[in-house]
Amino acid sequence: MAWRDGKASGKRLLLFMGSIILGIAAVVAIQSFSKNLEENIGLQSKALMGADYIIDSNQLPTEKVQKIIDSLGSSGREVNFASMAAFQKNGLSKLVQVRGIEGGFPLYGALETIPVSAAEDYKSQNGALVDATLMLQYKLKPGDSVKVGALTFPIIGSVISAPGSSAISATVAPPVILPFEYIEATGLLQTGSRMKYNYYFKSEPTFDVEALDKAIDPILDAENADFDSHTSVSQRLGKRYDNFARFLNLVAFIALLLGCVGIASSVHIYIKEKLRGIAVLKCLGATRKQTFSIFLIQIAALGFIGGIIGTLVGIALQQAFPLFLKDFLPFSVQISISFQPIIMGLLLGIFMSVLFALFPLLSTWYVSPLEVLRVQDSNAPKSRKAAVVVLLSIMTFIFCFSFWLLKDWRYALAFVLGILVTFSILVGISLLFMKGIKKYFPSSWGFIARQSLLNLYRPNNQTMVLILAIGVGSFLISTLYFTKDILLAKATLEENMKSPNIILLDIQTNQKDEVAKTITPKGLPILDNIPIITMRMHSIKGRPVNDIRLDTTSTINQWILNHEFRVTYRDSMIASEKLASGTWKNDIPENGPIPISLADNVARDAQVIIGDTLMFNVQGVLMETKVASIRTVDWGRMQLNFSVVFPEGILEKAPQFHVITTNAPDEKASAQLQRELVTKFPNVSVIDLRQVLTVVQGILDKISWVINFMAFFSILTGIIVLIGSVRTSKYQRIKESVLLRTLGAKSSQILKITALEYLYLGLLGSGIGIFLSLISSQLLAWLVFDSPFIPSWVPFVILLPGITLLVLFIGLSNSRSVLNSPPLEVLRKES
Amino acid sequence: MTKILNVHNLGKTYTSGSKQLTVLDDISFDVEAGATFSIVGPSGSGKTTLLGLCAGLDDADTGTVELCGTVLETLSEDERALLRNKNIGFIFQDFQLLPTLTALENVSVPLELQGARDAAAVAKELLGKVGLAERIHHYPSQLSGGEQQRVALARAFSNKPRLLFADEPTGNLDEETGEKVIQLLLELNKEAGTTLVIVTHDLDLAQRTQQILRLKGGKILSNETTSI
Repeated sequence: MAWRDGKASGKRLLLFMGSIILGIAAVVAIQSFSKNLEENIGLQSKALMGADYIIDSNQLPTEKVQKIIDSLGSSGREVNFASMAAFQKNGLSKLVQVRGIEGGFPLYGALETIPVSAAEDYKSQNGALVDATLMLQYKLKPGDSVKVGALTFPIIGSVISAPGSSAISATVAPPVILPFEYIEATGLLQTGSRMKYNYYFKSEPTFDVEALDKAIDPILDAENADFDSHTSVSQRLGKRYDNFARFLNLVAFIALLLGCVGIASSVHIYIKEKLRGIAVLKCLGATRKQTFSIFLIQIAALGFIGGIIGTLVGIALQQAFPLFLKDFLPFSVQISISFQPIIMGLLLGIFMSVLFALFPLLSTWYVSPLEVLRVQDSNAPKSRKAAVVVLLSIMTFIFCFSFWLLKDWRYALAFVLGILVTFSILVGISLLFMKGIKKYFPSSWGFIARQSLLNLYRPNNQTMVLILAIGVGSFLISTLYFTKDILLAKATLEENMKSPNIILLDIQTNQKDEVAKTITPKGLPILDNIPIITMRMHSIKGRPVNDIRLDTTSTINQWILNHEFRVTYRDSMIASEKLASGTWKNDIPENGPIPISLADNVARDAQVIIGDTLMFNVQGVLMETKVASIRTVDWGRMQLNFSVVFPEGILEKAPQFHVITTNAPDEKASAQLQRELVTKFPNVSVIDLRQVLTVVQGILDKISWVINFMAFFSILTGIIVLIGSVRTSKYQRIKESVLLRTLGAKSSQILKITALEYLYLGLLGSGIGIFLSLISSQLLAWLVFDSPFIPSWVPFVILLPGITLLVLFIGLSNSRSVLNSPPLEVLRKES
Repeated sequence: MTKILNVHNLGKTYTSGSKQLTVLDDISFDVEAGATFSIVGPSGSGKTTLLGLCAGLDDADTGTVELCGTVLETLSEDERALLRNKNIGFIFQDFQLLPTLTALENVSVPLELQGARDAAAVAKELLGKVGLAERIHHYPSQLSGGEQQRVALARAFSNKPRLLFADEPTGNLDEETGEKVIQLLLELNKEAGTTLVIVTHDLDLAQRTQQILRLKGGKILSNETTSI
């Protein structure tokens, strides 16, 4: 019976299967890709690191560390730091990541170069390997030369990929690989250089790296060095991508939920039309169970088929992900088919369609055989208790599935609540709007405008579902736009001569006047000349950091104990800082601790308050300080911020380097200045904030592209729901149109009524979605980013009309037969 | 008397799969302005098709229909709609009211399509005449079958039609309600001087019109004048 009945309604059922297909495809694609990513990270962890484990330090290894390195037998070493590189061929210069490499690095994986032999030749030919993208951008060829510090190297080849270099870091500072032995001679390893030494090790497969980590890590920590195994690196990497994948999973899940709302709505209409037939079956002796099962089987079969098709589409789709994400992944992902997402897709198909169809299906259970005798349609009957049980089951399922995705019940709960709130607000606002229209109906409007508005209330209308579908899609996409705006607004440079857009780093004390003399004759201002002194924490509240490290009960954040602080001194706060507690002090007591100011995150992580003492090791000299003030710092501002600030009059004599900032009015002036600085002061690194901003913008664009791609599924599902609903109400529309035509309406009048109806739907859905996203983005700006929010015009000028036109197009193209039906056809059906 | 409807050699054939089904064959008759005219016949005899062709709701395969002095075959779909809007009223068996509109709005539709400014006032007056003055703001779903047909009746007269087509106007009503509706229809018709063409099974109703056209199997059995 289920088959016979379903066969007759085949076409109508096919459409609402479309909604589940898209949702399942989105979830399966993301799940499969995440699974593949996880497996790839596991498989390639050694190649990613280039070794089984490394010991790294921000300074030359101490004697103790060197002994450990020697005893373990290092197979290769590297020193890396950011510096300027000058290309003599075209006179251009660029901030690069210099990597001095010695020994067999990489011990696993490969240094991929063009030509392939360059990976070895650069050592024997005393040359350099330069990032492939940089080579393209700067039109460089093997044989050209690159000047790093005091030395000039021939370029032997270009680096396509190297363990330890990620695509994102390469966009800011692309790698330049040199033989280790020449690094010293470049003259760049000076005070203030932020270098890092890596020692690479290879071990036997049976060797217990974790045990070694546990044994030597505390010793290394005490010597300002660190131990990293390939597994810990892959875990860290996995975690980073996991967060992104989880986010995409949730976006896909929203598409699936939207599809389910579409299913519930379509089944509701479908069942409503079947109620009379069900009552007839009951009159003929069919039991409740039998009639219920007929439709349950139909829906489950649809869900199963939808699950299969959706899973297949999802598997095909995941092949595209490595292309979208290649800029974020430090390795190429080999796509294979994993079974977990496939099984999940199939089960989800059946389970979600049945679950969301249950609510309308309940009507078949409670419909009375008496319905056969009634002329008028009555509302579908339901038991309140059963309805509550179904609703609770739906909420429980959403919670369980999101918990499975997020692995944290609080986040899952927040997600479920978020979904509930968003859906409720969308439904609530549209309900209010609809009620408002009814109450304050624009009676003065012309017939066409009024009739199209009234169509939103036609019997069996799906106005609410459509507004929900269009609204959620618009909400997702515009929220992404607005969030990008907030992030970019934080990174925006103020366009005036007083705001720095060029930062000069690593200036030695004896160079600072000369550097200033290079800048000012060009008419450029010296905006800041900031001294920087490096220091480490020695003790907190009288307790040595070595003791705290060994204390397993201590909750002081580890980074505080190991971090090399870059500290400055000045007499007042700057624009990006606000006093949170204490007072800013400039008076230095003759005896006793020096009053300093801490950023609030440092105070929190070090667990200190106003009046607590901190002892710093300033390059061998111990200096006792007292927390006099705590500041909140806007780290997002494109300027130099400091977590520890000393008063003037203490650190002036300490070994220090300087940061000078200036403002170049255009790129030409910036390039000219950079060229001159690199020639005169090879150790000085120049950061052009305009370039950094372009990079940040590029990265955000790429990320938002990926997110938009996922949000597109919601839109696509919305479209399917839209088509489904247009089809569902098609007969009603034909009746209305034909009636109007019979009464004398012209084709153009009917077309206008239909078009206006979809225009209202599109405007209402996308308008509410964008309005909601405006509110949520404002909240995000206040609560998360702590940043002002100036909404972009894109969602209003492009998204709103774009989505509205899309709805109009779909609506009209599906209503062609309505407009073309001869009046008599309908009259004949009726009689 | 002038002829308001002139049907000449009308034929209509439908194709169902490979089969041809002739619904109307060589139908010719005319109706004088102000007359009452009924079309009767068993189910499937082609009554509704004939009414639809007369009203320009579909195209005939052969023959011509001249309605209010205009040959329908020469008009486009929109021109026919305009002709209907200005000259024709309709009453259907199943009322055919727009569910999203109140009684008042339903009655106003033909006038609103013309762009008339007094649509609401005319509709109100007509609803008063059919005894629904108190229910003008009710939706079709809030009205009984008889009330819905009275709204349809008011709508049919709202554009002051020269010709009114009624397709089984009492088919969905009980005998008592049906009789009331017919009484009302004939009264309004008389008052407005409208030509009335009724399609019906009900021979008693047909006897109350001046002329009866009998159909069977798509052909005219008889076309006779009654004693009225």
